[in-house]
Amino acid sequence: MSDKMIDVRDLRVSFGAKEVVKGVSLAVQRGESFGVVGESGSGKSTVLRALAGLNHHWSGEIDFDGVPVGAKRPRAFFRKVQMVFQDPFGSLHPRQTIDRILSEFLAVHGMDDMDGRLNRALEAVALPQSVRFRFPHQLSGGQRQRVAIARALIAEPKVLLLDEPTSALDVSVQAEVLNLLAHLRESRGLTYVMVSHNLSVVAHLCSRLGVMQHGELVEQLSVEDLRARRATHPHTRELVELSRSLETPV
Amino acid sequence: MLVDIENLRIAFESNGKRFEAVRGVSFKLEARQKLGIVGESGSGKSITARALMRLLPPQAQVTADRMRFDGIDIQSQSEREMRKLRGGRAGFILQDPKYSLNPVKTIGNQIAEAWRTHNKGGKKEAREAALDLLEQVMIRDPKRVLDAYPHEISGGMGQRAMIAMMLAPNPTLLIADEPTSALDASVEAEILRLIDELVDTRNMGLLLISHDLPLVSHFCDKVSVMYMGQVMEELAAGELAQAKHPYTQGLLNCLPSLDHPRTDLPVLTRDPSWLEEKAQ
Amino acid sequence: MLADFRAWALDDLATSRRQAAWGRRYRIWLALKANPLAMIGMIIIGLCVILALLAPLLAPHDPAIQDLENRLARPTAEHLLGTDELGRDILSRLLYGGRITLGIVVAVVIMVAPVGLAVGTIAGYFGGWVDKTLMRITDVFLAFPRLILALAFVAALSPGVESAILAIALTAWPPYARIARAETLTVRNSEFIEAVAMTGASSWRIILRHVAPLCVPSLVVRVTLDMASIIITAASLGFLGMGAQPPSPEWGAMIATAKRFILDQWWVALSPCMAILLVSLAFNFLGDGLRDVLDPKQD
Repeated sequence: MSDKMIDVRDLRVSFGAKEVVKGVSLAVQRGESFGVVGESGSGKSTVLRALAGLNHHWSGEIDFDGVPVGAKRPRAFFRKVQMVFQDPFGSLHPRQTIDRILSEFLAVHGMDDMDGRLNRALEAVALPQSVRFRFPHQLSGGQRQRVAIARALIAEPKVLLLDEPTSALDVSVQAEVLNLLAHLRESRGLTYVMVSHNLSVVAHLCSRLGVMQHGELVEQLSVEDLRARRATHPHTRELVELSRSLETPV
Repeated sequence: MLVDIENLRIAFESNGKRFEAVRGVSFKLEARQKLGIVGESGSGKSITARALMRLLPPQAQVTADRMRFDGIDIQSQSEREMRKLRGGRAGFILQDPKYSLNPVKTIGNQIAEAWRTHNKGGKKEAREAALDLLEQVMIRDPKRVLDAYPHEISGGMGQRAMIAMMLAPNPTLLIADEPTSALDASVEAEILRLIDELVDTRNMGLLLISHDLPLVSHFCDKVSVMYMGQVMEELAAGELAQAKHPYTQGLLNCLPSLDHPRTDLPVLTRDPSWLEEKAQ
Repeated sequence: MLADFRAWALDDLATSRRQAAWGRRYRIWLALKANPLAMIGMIIIGLCVILALLAPLLAPHDPAIQDLENRLARPTAEHLLGTDELGRDILSRLLYGGRITLGIVVAVVIMVAPVGLAVGTIAGYFGGWVDKTLMRITDVFLAFPRLILALAFVAALSPGVESAILAIALTAWPPYARIARAETLTVRNSEFIEAVAMTGASSWRIILRHVAPLCVPSLVVRVTLDMASIIITAASLGFLGMGAQPPSPEWGAMIATAKRFILDQWWVALSPCMAILLVSLAFNFLGDGLRDVLDPKQD
């Protein structure tokens, strides 16, 4: 087995005539946490969706755990790779109870011990058992995002793809969710790919990151290098400066 | 005194249950002063600003010991006088320009229309005024934007156009409700800088509503921190680092930082005593 | 007992699947109950169904027995709504006719709603050529006036209740397919459907278990609003002699035969007219109420 959990070579995605991802190559090691930052329209979410198999119109090569994947993913793929979406208000089915939302994966894969797995997933994201039979609209934003994380964990995946997992949350809730994600990665040896527009959030959770601009991955560097101001690409520097100047109070 | 609010309370009633969303909020804003109202979702910051413009739905029960804008008693105004006030002496910039600009009218026509309802002049003057306003909000290529439809321009440009529209009647107060949360960080900074400059050069007052405490401190003179319908603390923007209230401290503390890495982010523990109603 | 159920269903801290489901249903019922017009509609429909079901017990006379001595009689104590041109009791025929007319409606809905739902969700979810093909077929059916298409079908088959049901069903499904497709398009790219796709569920499973349930409320609303027009189409077919055949007492057919003496013996035509009007109106009231409850988007 190779050390590379994810290996992407020359990924290209087009919407009609417009190419939005222009030849992105990146590799993520087993157990690593890799961040992708960029402004809206930079193509960062499109890359993540291609990795997740939600976008079928891409070219290039994507390997997971040394195995190349195609446009359509077999069912077993989703036991290895799961995703957490940006909007905790939009990513939970409005007419299904939390119980139903969480058990869907188990039903699709015909897994046993539904109750046990469900309760363990809720426990892992520190949600009380009492939320199990509620509907999403009865939960707070933070609780919903925990449900979304629990749904991903129930597959016992190796890779978690995170699409702006905290950008719709209040800052105090964001801290809780970021801590939770950090602990889960440590305890379960997960590999993360996180997309975010917020550089400090990426720097907090990830050890290495890539910067995207106009569909290209313009720079890849470690978070240490980023902090030590060793970024070389002007766009990276620009983002760092902006983040520094706005995040600290006067 | 531009804005003077004393003991503002807003309650909603649904299914026989009464919910007080704002419980005794007071603040004052002098002319040429910039006040930031900061809080998390559900803190009541947005509806406080809306109450000042009487933009709340009729089922909202609003009471206040005093609610004055530029010497006018808001509570006793007729709806007609309020309409003149909104978009007249007070401009209101909303979160997402996508939803606040009319999609079937050109930007130029919308600004010209705003200008004509509060100024005397023909179509030609209005168009010239619109062009002038677009220049003031520093839009690149204002002539093109004048004839563009909202979907043809970017979010940042749309927000600039929105600001231009609000400036048309020469307001004395600008209320901005999360004006940049739909925008990228770089555009966000530009827009806030623009608002900052315009407020200074035009001698307006600014009420900036946001969830982003550090950000607001860059652009305001003082900051009001709200939690669950009450003001926890009001302090000068420069003294944020010396905030006394544990809620304010917690909000600043739980942010991940680029320069000061921590393995665990401190989590805000909410003290039930913050919910107790403060003495007026 | 009822109070217990109420507290159990409205408990925010549901502890079982069943409780959560009943909680949702009970809230819908409470909202519907608060709408007086919808309740009036529901009561009228309920009464009509009961009357039709109990027709053999309630009808004072056999609806087929003729009494030529007593034709076209005005309402009397013996015949509460009078008699028709063959001396048959109109009240009895009305009660038995309810079975046929309401039966047609139920049969049409049972056939039409699932077909429309399937066509619409499949077209909307898969998009591309599947969508184009299915929607063009739908358009073809939509392009003809409903009654004329139904008439052509019945004429091709053979006049009768079964043919009428089939003909109405064939002409009634396209609007349902359109609604289901529109609903599907609004949810198919939502994150919660993508999240289901991330479980590895097949497209069919996603459509059946996650997309279709979201289309059902607006379909239910449309069905109740459509009931009136189905009744009228059925009555029209009956009126034109293409629906229920004599001597079966279908409401439309009753009006058709009464039209010859509508000026002199107006009460013969009046009763089935009123029955159609009342039931159609009741379904409309109920449909409006259901829309407010199930489809809050429209506010």
